[in-house]
Amino acid sequence: MILFLIRKILWAAATLAVASVLVFAALEIVPGDPAQVMLGINATDDAIAALREDLGLNKPALERYFSWIFGLLQGDLGKSYTYSVAVRELVADRITISLPLALLALVMSTAIAIPVGLYAATKRGSIADTTIMAVTQVGYAIPNFWLALLLVYILAIWLQLVPAGGFPGWDGGLVPALKALFLPAVSLALPQAAILSRITRSALLDTMGEDYIRTARAKGLSFRATIWKHALRNTMIPVLTILGLQFAYLLAGTIVIENVFYLPGLGRLIFQAIALRDLIVVESAVMMLVATIILINLVVDLAYLWADPRLRHGRP
Amino acid sequence: MKQFLKTAMHNRSFATGIVITCFIVLMAAVSFIWTPYDVTNLDITAKLKAPYGSHWFGTDHFGRDIFSMIMVGARNSIAVALAAVIIGVGIGVPVGCWAAARGGQLDEVLMRGNDVVFAFPSLLSAAMIAAVFGPGAINAIIAIGIFNIPVFARLSRGAALTLWPRDFIMAARAAGKNKTRITIEHIIPNMANVLIVQATVAFALGIILEAGLAYVGLGTQPPTPSWGKMLNEAQTMMSFAPHMAVIPGLAIVISVLGLNLLGDGLRDVLDPRLSRKRD
Repeated sequence: MILFLIRKILWAAATLAVASVLVFAALEIVPGDPAQVMLGINATDDAIAALREDLGLNKPALERYFSWIFGLLQGDLGKSYTYSVAVRELVADRITISLPLALLALVMSTAIAIPVGLYAATKRGSIADTTIMAVTQVGYAIPNFWLALLLVYILAIWLQLVPAGGFPGWDGGLVPALKALFLPAVSLALPQAAILSRITRSALLDTMGEDYIRTARAKGLSFRATIWKHALRNTMIPVLTILGLQFAYLLAGTIVIENVFYLPGLGRLIFQAIALRDLIVVESAVMMLVATIILINLVVDLAYLWADPRLRHGRP
Repeated sequence: MKQFLKTAMHNRSFATGIVITCFIVLMAAVSFIWTPYDVTNLDITAKLKAPYGSHWFGTDHFGRDIFSMIMVGARNSIAVALAAVIIGVGIGVPVGCWAAARGGQLDEVLMRGNDVVFAFPSLLSAAMIAAVFGPGAINAIIAIGIFNIPVFARLSRGAALTLWPRDFIMAARAAGKNKTRITIEHIIPNMANVLIVQATVAFALGIILEAGLAYVGLGTQPPTPSWGKMLNEAQTMMSFAPHMAVIPGLAIVISVLGLNLLGDGLRDVLDPRLSRKRD
């Protein structure tokens, strides 16, 4: 088990390292001079030279990469050229919106999908099951930002139940902040819940076909007890895998959803930075999101240890 | 083929899916030669009209006919999603097959490389590409295509691994064929079913992703109509022209639903064993 843990952590570290090279390299291939790109075509030669010096562009790429990485490890993400503040402050500020939003959406989608999926599987073939399958089929064809627009129209503009957008900040108290994140989270969560409930359903159906389930039933265990004691944990393995992938998708999804609700999160920051051609901010913000995704996947891998006892006893 | 279609049309998912998909493709094709109105034609006197007689789906804030824009937008969605699937299949399948054929460390390295790509959701790669090269439809294709690569690599590796120990592959090896030739002649044709199903699903996802990218301004640029862009423009006009947001969204949902149903149907028809297990 220790070996499994160490291997997973090492792989995550290696993945992070490769990902950081990719992010760095992507911005290295900017056609032309990055300083020129950032300042636009009207910049004077002096201004470009000054920015080049400021960004350390005159040093070799390898040196710049390592100083970027060491900076990242120490929490120094560089300085934003357009905002004239440390990128770290910008990112730290924005991630307190994006991360809670993605987590809230994940919790919502799991809380809806797992019970629905399990219910559909236990009532397989019934009208309830057929209805659930039809609804989820349509559900996962719905783009989350369109759902968001419709929800804004119905709940915010028409019924005026929730704010249509904006974020009051966490300082104003938990309730107004969560209220502002509620609709964005629902719009992210529902299409994901549709996929997840279908997966939960088919995972439980797969498990219920196994021999040990028949044995459990044959020894007189009730249907309900068989599911709770034997089937559920095995059902969770594929569900966990998808949860990890979904989190990555949700976190990226916040980029779009933040635009619908005018939430000042990481996604908005990335877009503003792209519009202003502030490559340092794009680089660091993207790296933060990628690192979060890799860490979450590591957590999912570790969760397998709980779900699959075989991993705890050595052999995967 | 005739026999295939005969069995397939008895499958409800397949039949519904193929009808919807053909309809969308036909709409896109017709838009090349005919649309009710010219999509570049601005008619301010007829702006923001709700659906009525001569404009079936109403008009937008420039007075452009939304039905015509939906038709032309279909072209764009199909082109981007299709190109992204081609990138995914074109790179992912060879990588997956190579990993399965060689095994060992190469396999490990290739599959770990996949994990790295998985850490870059298409929205993030699109944001990065846009930061470097500026936004555009090609961006969207590359970003979604990159996202498709690991999906097809994993799938084809898994499928190839189950095929390699089979008797007919053994026979081919005994006959002296090398691994590349076996992969091309036997492995790939035998996994075609799974690939077709996955391609349909990836196509559907591509349409959603393209719309998302266009919506945030990283995809197709105006004046080319695209469904995502139309939703973006509709956002500020929700309170007085909701039809501008409802119609492009429905177009996305219907096409994605059609493709997903087609994928489900194809899986049932091409691999009955799998479908029995799932349903």
